[in-house]
Amino acid sequence: MKNISDNAIEFRGVAYKASPDRTILADLNFVVKRGETLMLLGRSGSGKTTVLRLINRLLIPSSGDVCVDGKRSGDWNPIQLRRRIGYAIQDVGLFPHYTVWQNVALVPKLERWDARRVSDRVEEVLELVGLPGRDFAGRYPDQLSGGQRQRVGLARALAAEPSFLLMDEPFGALDPLTRAEIQGEFKKLQQKLKKTVVFVTHDVGEALTLGDRIALLEAGRLRTIDAPDNFLQSSDAVAQMYVSVYRTAPAGVAKVRMV
Amino acid sequence: MNFLITHKREVAMLAGEHLWLVGISMLLAIAIGLPLGVLLTRQPKLKTLVFGSANVIQTIPSLALFGILLPLPWLGVRVDRLAITALALYALLPIVRNTYTGIAGISPPLREAALAMGLTSREMLWHVELPLASPVILAGVRVATVITIGVATIAAAIGAGGLGEFIFRGIAMVDNGVILAGAIPAALMALLADSLLGAIERLLARRRH
Repeated sequence: MKNISDNAIEFRGVAYKASPDRTILADLNFVVKRGETLMLLGRSGSGKTTVLRLINRLLIPSSGDVCVDGKRSGDWNPIQLRRRIGYAIQDVGLFPHYTVWQNVALVPKLERWDARRVSDRVEEVLELVGLPGRDFAGRYPDQLSGGQRQRVGLARALAAEPSFLLMDEPFGALDPLTRAEIQGEFKKLQQKLKKTVVFVTHDVGEALTLGDRIALLEAGRLRTIDAPDNFLQSSDAVAQMYVSVYRTAPAGVAKVRMV
Repeated sequence: MNFLITHKREVAMLAGEHLWLVGISMLLAIAIGLPLGVLLTRQPKLKTLVFGSANVIQTIPSLALFGILLPLPWLGVRVDRLAITALALYALLPIVRNTYTGIAGISPPLREAALAMGLTSREMLWHVELPLASPVILAGVRVATVITIGVATIAAAIGAGGLGEFIFRGIAMVDNGVILAGAIPAALMALLADSLLGAIERLLARRRH
C-alpha cells in the first residue's frame, strides 16, 4: 500500500557546492505540500534555479536529501522521475525542427501512449493554454511570438500529465501586458489542475500573485517561507526590502493580484 | 581535349571506377566516423586520442599512406581494398570532428529542456542531437567527399583504377590531353558533389537554429 505523504517534495539539510570553494546552497530545510504552488523568490545567483535542478535530479545534493514523493532523488531512476515532472524555463527550449504538435506530443509518445490518446491530449492541452490546435498545431517555433512559445512550453510540460511542475522564470522575457495576461491564465489553470508547482521568480509581484507560499532565498539560504499575506508582514530584513519595493511599484501590479 | 572526346567510353568507365572507390570509402568513413563522433560527445576524454590520431593520418601524404598499408596482410593483397581503406581513413577526420562539433554545439537551454523532459540518451540522439546537428555533420561529409575524390586519383598509382589512370598515363607519355582527360572529369565530379551536398545541407539547415 503506497504511503503518499502530504509532503510532495522535501528538502532536508540540503547543501550544494558547485566546486569545493563555491557553495551555492547551504542547509536548506523545507517542504512543498501536495497541490501547492510554492514560489522561490530571490535575486539572480541566490540559488533558485539550483533548487529546481535538485528536484528533477539534473543535480545531486552535496549533502542532505531531496525527497520527491517520499523517495530520495538519488534513489529515483532519473528518467522516471523526470517523466512525472513538467519543466518550463525562460528560454522555453522548444525543438526548432518540430512543429508545435510534435513538441507537445513527444513525451506522451515516448511514454508509449496510443496514437488516439496522444492526439486527444495534445488538442486538450493546447486548448488549455489558449492555443487552439487548428491554428497552431502545425506551426514551427520560429513562427510563434514569445508569449505563444511560452504557452507551448507550458503545454509541453503538462502534456504527459505530470504531478509536478517546475517553472524557472517562464514569464520573465515577456512584455508586461502579455505577462499579466499569462499570469492570470496560469493562476486559473492552477486552481483547476492543482499540480504541485515550484515556481522560480525574482519578481515580488509575481510571487505574491501566484503563490500559496513564498520561499525567500538569499545567498543560498532560506530566509523565510510564508503565505503571501504573512510575507507582507514579515519581520525578516530581506523580506522587508522586497515588500518595500513592492509597495512602491505601480498600481498595475496590485490589479493582477486581485485575480 | 581531343583525347577526352575520342576516348569517351574509357573516360566513362574510369569515372565509374572512381565513383565506386569514392562511394565505398565514404560509406565506410560515415559508418565508422558518425558513431565515433557521437561517442566523443558521451566520453569527451577520448577527444585527444581520436582527434590526434585522425590528424596524424591526415598529415601523412596519400601516396605514402598507400605505401605504408601495402605490406599489411589482409590489405596489401588486393589493391582496391587497400585504396578504399586509405581513402576511408582520410575521410574520417572531417566526419568525426563535425559530428562532435555539431552535437556539442546544440544550445544549452535546449539540451537542458530535453534532459528535464526525461529523454534517454538514445532518445536524445534521435530526437534532438542528430536532427539539429545534421547540417554540420553533412558539411563534414561534403568536405570529406571532395577530399576523397581528389585523393582517389592517387589510387591509380597502385593500380586500383579510377580517373588517376589517365593522369599518370598522361604524365608518363608527356601528353597534356591525356592528363586532362583524367583531371577534368575528376574536378567536375568534385564540384558536382560539393554543390549537391551543399544544397542538401542548406535544406537541412532550415529550422535548425
